[in-house]
Amino acid sequence: MHEFVQAFRFIAHNGAVAGGPALPSLSHLALETLKVGAIGVAISVLISVPLGVWLGHVHRGSFIAINLGNVGRALPSLAVLAIGDAFLGLGLTVVELALVILAVPPIVTNAYLAVDGVDPDLVDAARGMGMSGWQVLARVELPLAVPLIFAGIRTAAVFVVSTTTIASLAGFSGSLGDVIANETSYHFSGVLGAAICVAALALAVEGALTLLQRSLTPRGLLMVQREHVLGQAGGVPATRVNV
Amino acid sequence: MTMLAAAGPVIPNYAAQSSSCEVDNHLFCWRWVAHNWGPVLWPALRQHILLALVAVAIGFVIAMALALAAHRYGALERPTTIVTTTLYTIPGIALFELLAAPVGLNVFSAEIALVSYTLLILFRNILAGLRSVPAEVLDAAEGTGMSRTQTLLRVELPLALPAIVAGLRIAVVTIIALATIVYIIYDRGLGVPIHRALGEGPFKTELIAAGGLAIALALLADGLLVLTQRMLTPWARARAG
Repeated sequence: MHEFVQAFRFIAHNGAVAGGPALPSLSHLALETLKVGAIGVAISVLISVPLGVWLGHVHRGSFIAINLGNVGRALPSLAVLAIGDAFLGLGLTVVELALVILAVPPIVTNAYLAVDGVDPDLVDAARGMGMSGWQVLARVELPLAVPLIFAGIRTAAVFVVSTTTIASLAGFSGSLGDVIANETSYHFSGVLGAAICVAALALAVEGALTLLQRSLTPRGLLMVQREHVLGQAGGVPATRVNV
Repeated sequence: MTMLAAAGPVIPNYAAQSSSCEVDNHLFCWRWVAHNWGPVLWPALRQHILLALVAVAIGFVIAMALALAAHRYGALERPTTIVTTTLYTIPGIALFELLAAPVGLNVFSAEIALVSYTLLILFRNILAGLRSVPAEVLDAAEGTGMSRTQTLLRVELPLALPAIVAGLRIAVVTIIALATIVYIIYDRGLGVPIHRALGEGPFKTELIAAGGLAIALALLADGLLVLTQRMLTPWARARAG
């Protein structure tokens, strides 16, 4: 447990190594991780949400939308980064490209399932009230789909934090992974301290997005969900929302 | 744990077998792959498969026990979900290092980390599968005089099979992906050649070969499990058709 004490001391000193060279502080690296990750998530959201929502709205392309999610899950981050490195050389562009490749599938899949799965009776009712296709999408389908769409973004964001850190193993510098990939300078206590920070960062991102998701979920839907949980009536199958 | 070797200039000392393709670090040298399949790539691939299989097998046993317990005692579901979700959220690179401190740089820390990532997926899917059995079916089972254990073995588990196999599929693919970074604490798997190639220039052929193998393995495993899923649950296909 001595190692953990040392690791927390390293965190308390914000990543300063006594007698070592001047290295970037932990808080700086954490912010860099978030910055690199946020760019990747933002690009992915811009690509995937419209695509998934549209496919769900027209109820087409289920095979592609669902299997895209499975393929995305199958891609090992390090392998994607390695191949990107071989073809283009490792830099911010390749890291962002890898983040987008890994983050797009879960967002598309969830957005598709979210909109596709909106109760057809509600859509019929909306049409019966005279709403146009766009109005149905904007006022009925999208609000009801928000929780699941957000679940996809949350999954992607946690994935992105992890991959940004792994990028340091591939030789990219500018994330908390730099410390983990450089035991020579930081010693094991530093590596361990950085690992604790990476874990905390991922949990914080997950927590923050969960709160945001809750605040964006329509109140009526929250009440319905609560009834579902109480009544043990299933809700969305686990295999769908997963990962 | 392991460091990036000081990034030297280009290209490995593959001694006598080096050709101009390797020396000049062209994008992909088939000759190198042919020569190094036996000594480098195949052992790494085999270790990778073994790491993943052991993790999924152990994870499955634990998750099944947890799911059966939560199925009978509903109060167990929430705490189990919270713990497994937290484990699942921690990035692999961090969890491996966190386990290396108390457990050491060995197969145990690698497998404990991999197993912990399977738990959430398998637990959630097994439990969802068990709960998806319609109440009328359970009533019928009880009516025919089946005991609780008989109902579980002959009715609930077979009906939960599609959800269970779907969970296995996600778990296998996830673990194959994660096993590429096991090398940071334990010198095994396809991460080893990737890591070495990164330290050598990077040596493009080895990056593409080892990275490609990791991706191909995950996609192949996914495909095989889809087929298994179809074979084990012919009724699902009949219904869909």
